[in-house]
Amino acid sequence: MPARTLQAENLHLWRGDTHVLRGLRWSLSGGECLQITGGNGAGKTSLLRTLAGLMYPEEGRILWDGEDIRRDLPGFQGDLAYIGHEPPLKLDLTAWENLHYWIGVRRRLGDAELQQALERVGATDWLNRPVRTLSAGQKRRVALAGLALMGVSLWLLDEPTTNLDAAGQRLVGALIEEQLARGGLVVAAMHHELPVSGAVLRRMELSAGLEAGRA
Amino acid sequence: MLESTSAVSVPIRGPATSALGAAQLMLARDIRLAFRKRGQLIQPLAFFAIVTTLFPLGISPELSRLREVAPGVLWVAALLSSVLALEFLFRDDAHDGTLEQHALSGQSLTWLLFAKTVAHWLLTGLPLSLMAPLAGLSLGAPVGSLGGIVVSVALGSVALSLIGSIGAALTLGVKRSGALLSLLTLPLSMPVLIFGARATELAMKGAGFAPPLYLLGALAVLGVTLAPLAAAAAVRINLE
Amino acid sequence: MAWTWFHRLASPPHVYGLAARLTPWFAWIAAILIAGGLYGGLVLAPPDYQQGDDFRIIYVHAPSAWMSLMVYTTMAVSAGVGLIWRMKVAHAVAASCAAIGASFTVAALVTGSLWGERMWGTYWAWDPRLTFELILLFQYLGYMGLRSAFDDLQRADRASAVLAVVGVVNVPIIHYSVIWWNSLHQAPSVMQLGKPTMPPSMLIPLLMMFLGFTLLFVALLLVRLRAEILNRERTASWIREAVSP
Repeated sequence: MPARTLQAENLHLWRGDTHVLRGLRWSLSGGECLQITGGNGAGKTSLLRTLAGLMYPEEGRILWDGEDIRRDLPGFQGDLAYIGHEPPLKLDLTAWENLHYWIGVRRRLGDAELQQALERVGATDWLNRPVRTLSAGQKRRVALAGLALMGVSLWLLDEPTTNLDAAGQRLVGALIEEQLARGGLVVAAMHHELPVSGAVLRRMELSAGLEAGRA
Repeated sequence: MLESTSAVSVPIRGPATSALGAAQLMLARDIRLAFRKRGQLIQPLAFFAIVTTLFPLGISPELSRLREVAPGVLWVAALLSSVLALEFLFRDDAHDGTLEQHALSGQSLTWLLFAKTVAHWLLTGLPLSLMAPLAGLSLGAPVGSLGGIVVSVALGSVALSLIGSIGAALTLGVKRSGALLSLLTLPLSMPVLIFGARATELAMKGAGFAPPLYLLGALAVLGVTLAPLAAAAAVRINLE
Repeated sequence: MAWTWFHRLASPPHVYGLAARLTPWFAWIAAILIAGGLYGGLVLAPPDYQQGDDFRIIYVHAPSAWMSLMVYTTMAVSAGVGLIWRMKVAHAVAASCAAIGASFTVAALVTGSLWGERMWGTYWAWDPRLTFELILLFQYLGYMGLRSAFDDLQRADRASAVLAVVGVVNVPIIHYSVIWWNSLHQAPSVMQLGKPTMPPSMLIPLLMMFLGFTLLFVALLLVRLRAEILNRERTASWIREAVSP
């Protein structure tokens, strides 16, 4: 069974006058996790968004299983999950309704499956309340439930442990380990260490982009 | 659990949703969301009522004089109310990050935005077209013409919602975009205004109003085919 | 091999230099043509048998109106090129067109208004061609307004490009409006297939004005384009060599 691979080839990205990504080149295979570190403004979010196909690099390309993601962008995006700084939830819908939509647009989702996923993140008591009434940590847990349900090969996570207590952080670690065990790939931007043990963890540090001075 | 036939190590559980299914989910979601915030739905309708009241106060209370300007008044008020309502077509989704997820869902963004625009029309344009006959009556429209008023405003508001979705998508990141949104939408909406007012005028005179109605329909069809594409391009640009 | 010129056009320093060399040519030839056209139209051409000397405003009005459409089309095409092929220079061209096009549109509307007062007794009429030309002015203003609403230049470029491309539908509408509708505005007498209906003494200065205005547009565009490129590339290293005395 061929494992999936994600490759970045000579990625260059500018935001305004800042040269944020300067010739990034790396490769990630199924079962591996890439942790991206760096200070504020180093370009972690920009890199994740470029990998997701939301941003367009000025130079270089991204290969999924050896093929340029631009060739079939919807197909590639259908096989990835991207969660940014804020969990993407509608405040006026309940956790249940949010996930029912979020996963439902991709694949048919059974009620039992959805219930199980929400219970796993500890949402049993509050899954039918509007998300507006939930704490930041609870919202993050709902997003994690969605992540687990998506069933995609590639996870792009921006600070996945934000607002989570110790138990929540262990949950993130467990989810990532399960994803890797399935042969999936995880790219995560983190300020500190990912709570993942024993898995194949690669690290990459981004330094702050260069202002001006383009050739 | 489906048996995966491809060599993928991480099978997608359950069958993938079709584009139509995704669009239906989006439509249902948007309508559900709108009903959780009912106050927002009333605003464009209240605005429409107020604007149509301003004209008799500003022109003359005599119905015979009002009857002459009624089609124009109705349509200008409908146009302004539509532009007002456009602001919340994409705004909420843009703020909470769900618009980004629509773009990343692997489904056609064009379809999803079309579904959102349809939901928006059901929630604003359609109620507007049902209110229009009341406003028409207050401006001296004969009772027999009310059906024609509903039909012409309904069809015209479809075109307005679609044309407006382009401007709404373009101004997503702009703060206090109201004036700019009007500047972008109103010029492109002028043909709708011209044909719509003409249709309403003919309806009020009791004459056949089919020709301008067909033209309104043509504009709506043109809008359906082109506007969601342009809106999707604009959304992607704003997500970059 | 045929594509090298296209690729070179994508390079800001190359275009910057090219624009500098071409501008004087376009400017001078435009000046000569416009001077000649004005002299031929205002002095030499005989008075119209219907309108007398009033018709002479056509020598400014018709070229302005034509340019308002041509500049918008140029703006939309270069915006489209920038959008599809992600060429920064194409976006710079589109941005440079906007104010020029808006000015031509205002000139067309004002001269048309003065002429209308003579011909129809009113400074304005809500006739299709006039109305859609006014809409074109709003489209230019909307384009410029949308541009200025964004802090990020790349987003401003791309969003306004979508707007320009969507709005190009108005251009054929304006052009054909006098044929499709019973319009106050006269039917096209120059832009027709077959023989135009004007005598040569009136037609030749008019054609000179059309050509002169076109070259004037190109000259103005090249000047603005250089300024645009300077602004966009201000942090690039080639700028220091290009600008230093």
